[in-house]
Amino acid sequence: MRISIKRGSRDTKGLGLHSHRDRRKNRNRIGEQTIKRKSALFLAPSFIGVALFFVLPFIVVGFYAVVNNPIQHEFVFLDNFISVWNNSAFRLAAGNTFKFSVVSVPLVVVLSMMMAFALEQAIPWKSRFRSLLLSPMMVPIASVVLIWQVLFHYNGVVNEVFTYLGNDKIDWFKSDYAQVILVILFVWKNLGYNMILFMAAISNIPKEIIEVAQLESAKGWQIFFSIKLRYLSSTILFVTILSLINSFKVFREVYLLTGDYPYDSLYLLQHFMNNTFRSLDYQKLSAAAIIMSLFMVVIIGILFLTENYFGRDMEDA
Amino acid sequence: MHKKKKLKLSLPKEKLQRTGSRIRKRINRKLWLGFLTAFLVVFTIIFVIPIVFTICNSFMGKAEIASNYGMIFATTDKGGKQFISEVVNLKFIPDKVSFSQYITVLFKSPDYLLKFWNSIILVVPIVVFQLAVACLAAFGFTRYRGRARELVFFIYVILMLMPYQVTLVPNFMVSKWMNILDTRWAIWLPGIFSPYAVFLLTKFMRRIPRSLFEAAKIDGAGEWQIFRKVCIPLCKGALSSVAILVFIDYWNMVEQPLILLSDEQMHPLSVFLSKINSGEIGLAFAVATIYMVPALLVFLYGEEYLVEGIAYQGGIKG
Repeated sequence: MRISIKRGSRDTKGLGLHSHRDRRKNRNRIGEQTIKRKSALFLAPSFIGVALFFVLPFIVVGFYAVVNNPIQHEFVFLDNFISVWNNSAFRLAAGNTFKFSVVSVPLVVVLSMMMAFALEQAIPWKSRFRSLLLSPMMVPIASVVLIWQVLFHYNGVVNEVFTYLGNDKIDWFKSDYAQVILVILFVWKNLGYNMILFMAAISNIPKEIIEVAQLESAKGWQIFFSIKLRYLSSTILFVTILSLINSFKVFREVYLLTGDYPYDSLYLLQHFMNNTFRSLDYQKLSAAAIIMSLFMVVIIGILFLTENYFGRDMEDA
Repeated sequence: MHKKKKLKLSLPKEKLQRTGSRIRKRINRKLWLGFLTAFLVVFTIIFVIPIVFTICNSFMGKAEIASNYGMIFATTDKGGKQFISEVVNLKFIPDKVSFSQYITVLFKSPDYLLKFWNSIILVVPIVVFQLAVACLAAFGFTRYRGRARELVFFIYVILMLMPYQVTLVPNFMVSKWMNILDTRWAIWLPGIFSPYAVFLLTKFMRRIPRSLFEAAKIDGAGEWQIFRKVCIPLCKGALSSVAILVFIDYWNMVEQPLILLSDEQMHPLSVFLSKINSGEIGLAFAVATIYMVPALLVFLYGEEYLVEGIAYQGGIKG
């Protein structure tokens, strides 16, 4: 976990790193207490803002989730959660979002890692490839939505190719294939970003270790699995979490493509939230938010634990 | 005697074999790299096509667009009579380059300009003030690392990782209590205090050698001076990259305005663009291109910073 930071580009001389002992020493030497007090002032604006806009209201959300309504405040414990959980719209939304994330996140992680390794080879125009692959990230989704409509519309280009090949037309946005389009869009948008994260990590793998392995006549795949992947484990974790968060943002694409009430297989959690916002049902909203945040915490926790397990012997590298 | 002769004979043969396999290996490698390059070229072209396509199409006249994509957008258009085409034409090069779309957008339909202005007025303050607040906070997290402060930082990280679906609920409630719902403040304030930039900048600042701060301190600088004169100049690159990342994120926003701004007149172009499709398809490509321009400019100008900034993120702990 710490490796990626230690080996970070400019810090090769270890200047920015301080062992605990150093810090102790410094603390005694210069009035660390005044630094503590004064630097807390720097922290204050952000801390107040975050507390006011995120942390405190979130506690209230937690409170709303366990009472029956905002006026009576009668404690009902899990009732709200159960009713949200049994809500068919929530089920549909959660199921679709889950399905989408399970497919798209591993896909984008593996693909971007492959692209990063490909760009590590001695090929020409490396930086060109890098910029061009990164460009979809910069382009506002709203700008390219038109193109996707032209491509995947019932009378669109893809269907024309399909009929030319002798297949039937598919109404992409209104079929079970709709999620396929979403996955393509998601990969298109996120590949470049993840690829750069991987490229940075790959360039930080110490060359000596690979050379030693080669001298000991390790096979290519052995080097890949036992050395490179090991060193990349923290980046893989980070990219996975990042992609997971971004996979929740795919609502943007869906909304811009199909509006408020899309085909069933495109009905995502954000749609559910939007519609609940409109009806101002605080209990439902709060319970749904809490369920989702718990879910996120659990998933991120699991990812951390796996990473710790696989990267444990790298800790002091 | 005999042995020596044999040795001499065997040597060149072995050598020959070895060079032979080496050459074969090199050819194989060349082939592999050639194949890889070809693949990358194709892949990259597919990647860029949608962007190029949008830009190219923005130079088509209204009639040309209608005849090319009439079928697609006719279904969503209420009074669509000028749509004649039965087939869809995916075209890159316009028959006749015309700027009529741009002229209409820029001079004849104030609606789009208004929405574009909305986007700017929503995004720019967020970028500026989020950076300012985050700079200060990151310095606070860097200068001292006690247990309480690490815990606060951990909360920031968790908040950063939460999807909009979760954070929008608290944001909505606060806006309601403060009576700023349906005003721009409802977007500005949560944006300004978003923990994302704090996280990135802290990660960067913690790499600055501590000895620099201490040297300044010994020379008699106060904390504010250390921040202004030592920390900020060293962070210029990181600040640019974070600014770019924050800008892209908010330039793209869809979720927040939908929930926090019920007045459609205040919606940014990113939301409004989806509604153009139904009506004036002829203009849509020009509007899309105009909307793309600031982001692309930022990208061209700051790509190095951006790449560096992304690379810095690699890891959550630490």
